[in-house]
Amino acid sequence: MSHPCVVTIDSRSAPRVLFSGDRLVEVDLPTGSRVVYPKPPLKPLKDVDAAIRYAINHPYNSEPLYAKLRPGMKVTIAMDDISLPLPPMKRPDIRERVLTIVLDLLADYGVDDVEIIVATSVHRRMKDWELRHVVGDKIFNAFWPKRLYNHDAENLANMKYLGTTEEGEEVELNRRAVESDLIIYVNLNLVPMDGGHKSVAVGLCGYRSLRAHHNPRVMRQCHSYMDPKSSALNTSVVRMGRLANKKLNVFTIETTINNRMFDTPLEFLAKNEDDLSRTERNALQALRFTLDKMPQPARQAIFQRVPSPFGVTGVFAGETEAVHEHTLRKSFEQYCVPVVGQSDILITGIPFISPYNVNSFLNPLLVQVMANGYLFNLYRNAPMVKKGGTMIIMHPCTDLFDNEHHSPYIEFVHRVLPETRDAMELHKVWEPKFAKNPAYIEMYRYGHAYHPTHPFFMWYWGEAGRQHLGRVIVVGADNEYIPQLLGWETARTMDEALRMAKQTAPPNPDILALHCPPIFMADMSVEKQRAPIAALPESQG
Amino acid sequence: MAASYFDVDGTLIRTNLVHPTLYYVLNQNTPLHSLAKLGGALVKAPWLVWAETRDRRIFNELLFTSYGGMSEDRLVGLAAETFERVIKPNIYPGARDLVQTSLDKGHDVVLVSGALDFLMRLLAEHLGATDVIANRLEIKDRFATGKLLRPVVAGPEKSRLIRDHAKGRGHDLDECFAYSDSYSDVPMLSIVGHPAAVNPDRKLSLLANAYHWPIIHVD
Repeated sequence: MSHPCVVTIDSRSAPRVLFSGDRLVEVDLPTGSRVVYPKPPLKPLKDVDAAIRYAINHPYNSEPLYAKLRPGMKVTIAMDDISLPLPPMKRPDIRERVLTIVLDLLADYGVDDVEIIVATSVHRRMKDWELRHVVGDKIFNAFWPKRLYNHDAENLANMKYLGTTEEGEEVELNRRAVESDLIIYVNLNLVPMDGGHKSVAVGLCGYRSLRAHHNPRVMRQCHSYMDPKSSALNTSVVRMGRLANKKLNVFTIETTINNRMFDTPLEFLAKNEDDLSRTERNALQALRFTLDKMPQPARQAIFQRVPSPFGVTGVFAGETEAVHEHTLRKSFEQYCVPVVGQSDILITGIPFISPYNVNSFLNPLLVQVMANGYLFNLYRNAPMVKKGGTMIIMHPCTDLFDNEHHSPYIEFVHRVLPETRDAMELHKVWEPKFAKNPAYIEMYRYGHAYHPTHPFFMWYWGEAGRQHLGRVIVVGADNEYIPQLLGWETARTMDEALRMAKQTAPPNPDILALHCPPIFMADMSVEKQRAPIAALPESQG
Repeated sequence: MAASYFDVDGTLIRTNLVHPTLYYVLNQNTPLHSLAKLGGALVKAPWLVWAETRDRRIFNELLFTSYGGMSEDRLVGLAAETFERVIKPNIYPGARDLVQTSLDKGHDVVLVSGALDFLMRLLAEHLGATDVIANRLEIKDRFATGKLLRPVVAGPEKSRLIRDHAKGRGHDLDECFAYSDSYSDVPMLSIVGHPAAVNPDRKLSLLANAYHWPIIHVD
């Protein structure tokens, strides 16, 4: 008996609706294909503010926050950046609620040397209006820009080397944070790879530290990076985080949210197509029709400008590792769907958003990181597709980049990828050149561009998927060039893609499709359980 | 090692060639001299406007005739004052960071400007740049003739000078960077491996977007 979130297609099943960028496409899947749906959203906390107060007063493996405070001390609050949640959440963002309570507490205890740093690592700087959305008007007006600002990983004078782990990983973090008497990290945990030691050890570090784990060698050993215990990336980050926490006084506050991405008018997008009411089916057709007729920026706005009604499901505070255990448990509770048996062909739509294109366009390199990276890695225990299997994705793969946010990506895709797709060569030959590019560094530091090494990291994040998959076929690409650059094949329709995939698949291939977003994770069991044989009646002797 | 070549006017500083020239014109030996110089400059104004739309080299040569008759010691003596009063207050806030980033990455930083060399050397010193490619006045019997020594640093000539400079210093142009704000500097931007538009004008902005050159704002 499979889990209710795993639906097997039969002859009466309605067509499935998958994202293809910012469009919705109906596909008819072969009978016997399985489709995995996200679990329904967990029930949100009734009183979030009370939960925050309770968490900081009853922390795990740490004294309460108030006991750590003394007048005149230097406190740095670091918080997660715009890369999560996806899409941005309705106001008040949970970070605003945590910050409000924490800042009040600090003021009550006479702590006035407080700065809030957005832990961007090498992500782009958040814009003022984006920050206002996250922290709220009151905090923004009081702290921006002198005491609320983005981390700058290239301001080398403001980075401080803390030490090297036994594996040779150099830990270098934001100087202000390091020199503080207390660091309070305000996390929003979207997926299980977030939070824990990643918050401080990655969010506040620079390229020198990132090189230790954001490289092809480490990324090839992540099975998957959504499952921390099986991720070499996480192991490296934990080593670095432990070194940092030995030298720093860190108080972690982590929050979990449910998977309610779509607000009321679009809620049907999370449902099984067979369960849609007539009204919902009409709404879906109307939405599809509208999206098809609209220009791209308007389509993007429909999805990106409408904040999500995520509900807060947990608040945990205290010592980093103790807190993160509880966070992970809550996260897995929301996301994990048991799936029995790997597939030969994995089908997924690529949605309009990734952690790296909030308020901009999902460019081809990000399509790659969504396919080979995030969506491929949405599993525990074993990949959803067998080694050498085929992944079919749906996306137009438009050759379009946001010049402001993704300037280094353009050179990576159009100048570097034609030379080589080999991650090791990219890492050794090209990455150091980009890392020293003053124009891109300037755009990262004073504009709103991602760090020049970020496109390389995006390629490495797809490395485990690339190594595992035999083929990737794109349905609905509007050009041949980009898929070719990425090493992908193209098909005009899903039927054509399935025909192509079956050429290299065993007879009667096992097909698994993902109905994502909203987010879920497949809790994989490799062996399919056979249906129990009915007990034979005992012979009458 | 790579080099970063920076156009100056509009890229690193707010002023253009006219401002320091005007400062010199208005600071002659006597107010009468200044008035006479100013009158001469005003007569040339329509030609300057025409030359600006036609040919940067002609514009430069025409503009610098205003220096004709000035003594060499006056030109040098007023340089520090001109720099302090005209150029330094007009350096863009982000210009120093942009230059410093290039220096941090081990680049030779070269200022390439149609302005006069003795002023550009002061700016280079101030910003930490390592070299200057700029216009030089012809001096005869310790007085400026009002003519520029060849080559005149403007438009396409800039790219030739950059190529020569890179060759002389052993830089691979494919690894070099160039920064400018103006469409007239496209030749200079085109010969390096890494062009970037800084505070670009409309035409350069369109071009930078089309060719996906980085666009940086330091103003």
